[in-house]
Amino acid sequence: MSQMFNVLVEVSLREGIADPEGLTIERALPALGFNSVSGVRVGKSLRFDLEASNETEARQQVEAMCERILANPVIEDTEISIDGAS
Amino acid sequence: MTAKVGVVVFPGSNCEHDVVEAVDSIGGSGKLLWHKDTHLSDVDAVVLPGGFAHGDYLRTGAMARFSPIMEAVCRFAYDGGPVVGICNGFQILTEAQLLPGALYKNRGLKFLCQPTMLRVESTSSVLTRGLAQGDELNVPINHFEGNYVCSKETLEALRASNQIVLTYRDNPNGATDDIAGICNKNGNVVGLMPHPERAAHPLLGSTDGALLLKGLISDG
Repeated sequence: MSQMFNVLVEVSLREGIADPEGLTIERALPALGFNSVSGVRVGKSLRFDLEASNETEARQQVEAMCERILANPVIEDTEISIDGAS
Repeated sequence: MTAKVGVVVFPGSNCEHDVVEAVDSIGGSGKLLWHKDTHLSDVDAVVLPGGFAHGDYLRTGAMARFSPIMEAVCRFAYDGGPVVGICNGFQILTEAQLLPGALYKNRGLKFLCQPTMLRVESTSSVLTRGLAQGDELNVPINHFEGNYVCSKETLEALRASNQIVLTYRDNPNGATDDIAGICNKNGNVVGLMPHPERAAHPLLGSTDGALLLKGLISDG
């Protein structure tokens, strides 16, 4: 029996890679009165549904996707969250 | 015999005709190849031109790497055939892992379209084999993601095997070590952010790009 899973992959820049977009946002926030923000990093998130026989198998598949296409390991890290769908 | 240079057209490529024109003008014969082709037919060299292949969705070059023709391009490269990626083509070559590292957003987050002065660092690549180390070339850039990034180990390996082909005199985009172009260990696969095809006619303000492209149509 296969099951549906809700998958969230968050792609962020690896530590040590300068994030000019994050820096620009960080510099803009004080202009609006938000003075206590630091360490802004911009990334992207991908959400999708995945059919798999169990969560372990689902995670393995998502890890393989991250490695092959969803992220570029030279500059990006990924964080995977998986929830069982109803 | 006239050297045939295959120029791959992906949906979203926009410099392919400029490359064909430049190759023809220096005595070669440019030929457009469609990204869905699975064979390169009888070309002597391959160019992946600039543009926004597959809309640059997800990451620059990420989707183009899976175009059917890329398998043939990889085989051709592994067999020692000259393969050059210009701008978006360079990004595709890194995504396809034919070249190490990645191209990230420019420092300062500006799209840059301007002439740049380049320095030839290595003459062991197919593009620079007719030039001398230290030669300076005036070739324009036109990119948002040209900031070359790689790990420390990769950078050391690039330096050790003389794979840094071209550097910027005044680094416009934050690229590691001022890198404008690199090659693989054999020197037959080259990626560069500047556009040699846009500096291949006196009317364009510089003919230095033609000096690079000539490497593609010579026998080495």
